[in-house]
Amino acid sequence: MAENALNQLRYLVIGGSAGSLEVILDLVTHLPALPHAVVILVVHRKKDNDSILVDLLSYRTKLPVREVEDKETISPDTIYLAPPDYHLLIERADLFSLDISEKVHFSRPSIDVTFESVAEAFGDRVIGILLSGANADGAVGMAKIRKAGGYTIVQDPATADVGYMPQQALDLTPVDSILPAAEIPGLLEKLLRIQ
Amino acid sequence: MIQDEDLNLLLSELSHRYGYDFTNYARASLKRRVNRLLAVDRFASFAELLYKVKNDPDYLPHVVEQLTVNVTEMFRDPSLFRTLREQVLPVLATHPLIRVWHAGCSTGEEVYSLAIMLEEANLLHKSLLYATDINPTVIENIRRGMFPIGNIRQYTENYLQSGGRKDFSSYYQAQYEWAKFDERLRANTIVATHNLVSDRSFNEFQLILCRNVLIYFDKELQDKALTLFDNSLEKLGFLVLGSKENLRFSPIAASYTQLENKEKVWRKMR
Repeated sequence: MAENALNQLRYLVIGGSAGSLEVILDLVTHLPALPHAVVILVVHRKKDNDSILVDLLSYRTKLPVREVEDKETISPDTIYLAPPDYHLLIERADLFSLDISEKVHFSRPSIDVTFESVAEAFGDRVIGILLSGANADGAVGMAKIRKAGGYTIVQDPATADVGYMPQQALDLTPVDSILPAAEIPGLLEKLLRIQ
Repeated sequence: MIQDEDLNLLLSELSHRYGYDFTNYARASLKRRVNRLLAVDRFASFAELLYKVKNDPDYLPHVVEQLTVNVTEMFRDPSLFRTLREQVLPVLATHPLIRVWHAGCSTGEEVYSLAIMLEEANLLHKSLLYATDINPTVIENIRRGMFPIGNIRQYTENYLQSGGRKDFSSYYQAQYEWAKFDERLRANTIVATHNLVSDRSFNEFQLILCRNVLIYFDKELQDKALTLFDNSLEKLGFLVLGSKENLRFSPIAASYTQLENKEKVWRKMR
């Protein structure tokens, strides 16, 4: 892909843990048909039921859904899922890489690790969303996305299944939007329309 | 996060002064490792780390250990080990002497896992297991055969899922916070340092395992390592990679066929 085309892409990174699955499925359902974005999902989950999530997501979108393999090319209008038991990193603007180094916040994949990597690689073209969870993972990542000029959305802890994770982020950093899950797709549509 | 220029300075120092070449390691991960080293050893700045590396050769093994990832477990991905047990070991059994290479085996959890399976297939007595890693410090652990007792519950679960039928606790003795594995499991294991970047092939094998090592290399270095494995593998031998690694786009792909169940096991066909 030509460099200027890459420069116009948006990078939508979504982190979720306990209680986030329904929200993620709903978000994916409401994504524009061609979002001109790379969608990256980091979800805490068990190692053994990995292909189920890809199937669940694929039912709800026409966009291709891929669980990332080592050194996989980053393509627009594709939904990428961090594989269980690996951290997902951005190796180059057009390339993912994986890592099985130490867990972060007892998690691998860790939301912080991917958010930080995405923030460093793509700066103000990133939209970060942190959802329900019972873990402190993602807070530092949200702060990094915001610091790098990205747009940050946190699910309103009061309306989240488990408010702990989004609250951790709000305690650490100011964010651009705090919304109930149902209102996130509408905001995304506006954000993705502005190129 | 450490800047590219700083990383290049450090890599150049490690390469020229000590012969450890990390220049073709995947950058995103390597930067995190350097950051971690800075934090773990409480350096106030990158310059202090660089000074230490330049002036203290005794610090080097620690740097190499920290820059590489030494996370491994026994029977990690049990379905892969089940495939080895059911489809690969029966083929190896036909050889009078079975030679196996665990490349980049870190602290040796998978070496012991395979040794247990070979033992259960009554093949360990005629097997030679070469266990190599870039880190002189971590491979010491293979000789000791001691793993943290806190991990044993997970390993036991993995072992059972891989098709193991014995009482897993018969393979180790609990010693405070360690599980010490039976010495007979490593009787036929040869432990050595080997750097996939700079060292050559040293034998011919029927089975090579290199799992979650190539993910830390860039494409060029991956191809180089895979060619090294190809040169070290007998015809009809098996190559085993990590669950997210692939042979598909490599120069050796044409000579290999992946097992039908899509586990990351390839057979050398020519």
